[in-house]
Amino acid sequence: MDKEVVIKSENVIKNFGDRTVLDGVSLEVYKGETFVIMGGSGCGKSTFLRHLTGALKPDSGKIYLLGKDLNLLNEDEMDNLKKKIGMSFQSAALFDSMTVGENVSLPLKEHTKLGKSVIDIVVKMKLELVGLRGFEDLMPSQLSGGMRKRVALARAITMDPEIVFYDEPTAGLDPIVAGVIDKLILDLSKKLSITSVVVTHDMKSVFSIADRVAMLYEGRVLEVGTSDEIRNSKNPMVQQFISGSPDGPIRFFQQKDDYLEQLIK
Amino acid sequence: MNFLDKIGSLIIGTGQHVINVLALFFETLFWLAIGPFKKKIAKRDSIFFQMVFTGIGSLIIAFFVAFFTGIVIAMQSAYQLSRFGANIYVAPMVSVGLARELGPVLTALVVAGRVGAAIAAELGTMKVTEQIEALETMALSPVRFLVIPRFLALLVMLPCLTIFADIIGIFGGFLVGVFNLHLDPYRYITFSFKFMEWKDVWTGLVKSVTFAIIISIIGCYMGLRTKGGAEGVGKATTLSVVTSFILIILFDCILTGIFYFSQK
Repeated sequence: MDKEVVIKSENVIKNFGDRTVLDGVSLEVYKGETFVIMGGSGCGKSTFLRHLTGALKPDSGKIYLLGKDLNLLNEDEMDNLKKKIGMSFQSAALFDSMTVGENVSLPLKEHTKLGKSVIDIVVKMKLELVGLRGFEDLMPSQLSGGMRKRVALARAITMDPEIVFYDEPTAGLDPIVAGVIDKLILDLSKKLSITSVVVTHDMKSVFSIADRVAMLYEGRVLEVGTSDEIRNSKNPMVQQFISGSPDGPIRFFQQKDDYLEQLIK
Repeated sequence: MNFLDKIGSLIIGTGQHVINVLALFFETLFWLAIGPFKKKIAKRDSIFFQMVFTGIGSLIIAFFVAFFTGIVIAMQSAYQLSRFGANIYVAPMVSVGLARELGPVLTALVVAGRVGAAIAAELGTMKVTEQIEALETMALSPVRFLVIPRFLALLVMLPCLTIFADIIGIFGGFLVGVFNLHLDPYRYITFSFKFMEWKDVWTGLVKSVTFAIIISIIGCYMGLRTKGGAEGVGKATTLSVVTSFILIILFDCILTGIFYFSQK
């Protein structure tokens, strides 16, 4: 069965200074699936996500989003493409000078010719989806961390995007709120058949939401597969990451110099 | 060699900043020019909000500075002029000095400290909390959305503030002239405006417009390139104020030079 590929990256390489953050990442994401990118802190997964949204340009390699090569798009075409994607940021990134309602309605006000009454209805519907209807007039500073993330999620889907990117949607939240957010992501994918790309290192959430999982390590794709394939992977690195054990092939220590030598010096 | 390296990289670094600032300035002009055709003008209410913040909000502090500056110029010039029995010339001294030079410059410095810092801090915080990236991901240009309202607000409000500051400063000088030097109030006012030419006013306003561009673009530039959390925001704010101050004084000198030599 052939599945429609909506996101495709080919050998994406990115350097920050002399540090290679992405070292040839090639992945494919199919339409309607929930694709999770997992990996330790600093493995390049957030950087990779920023390449997919067009916030960063790769040093070499190609990225196709909805069939379009991001390198070849001019600004207007890129803007049109961006209207078809949504992004939920790690820190929620709500505009603090606007109310919850204004945050959620901003893309609609700017990109569509819809009237105020229609926009108000859409905002209510999106906030209902994340369970925050009635909070339109609050400022982001009056909300808890979990609520902010849910508002960010509502904002990400206001334009009814085809793809939604989530950057660590559950990081720093209590287990129940994290569970609620996981359920939301699943609901959105199933109800609205949105393609979701989730970057996370929360293992519980990985296996509850993922259709397929890719594990990144040091800027490379270590393994890609369905969540069952990953769970039963033979790769000791993947197993170590899933179990969270401090001993294993993934080194926790990242110092370059010899410990003893440095102490004596 | 090391020393030369440092100087070299300093020059290259500064040159890079100059290019980036100019790029931001021209991008702002581009959006201003092309925006109305693309139906993507900056939002009116956000321009209005910025105008209130920059203009009305700076009234008191700008008046305060101008008022006491007027008093100081009056007293300083009276100190010299009284020797020649030419006390009445305090009046044009104050009015021309304020209109040409001190009104625009001092108001700009006050506004750079108040508004420029606020712009850099706000945009800097938005940058480090991913809000700028969120805007871009929604296909909304930060220049159109954030820079233009601040730029326009300053462009309109700073010259207005300057005119009001000039008037208040002249009033400060007037108080000294009338109550301390015992000059006739009517004569003082006549003399204030007799020696003030139209050119004194418009050169002051040209300066003021230039300073408005400097304050808004530098504030936005420093804010938008902020990196590294709270410390970065602090740095951006400081840098924006310091850079604005330096550029205001520098451009004041350049413009004064141009006006001075062009009248010959």
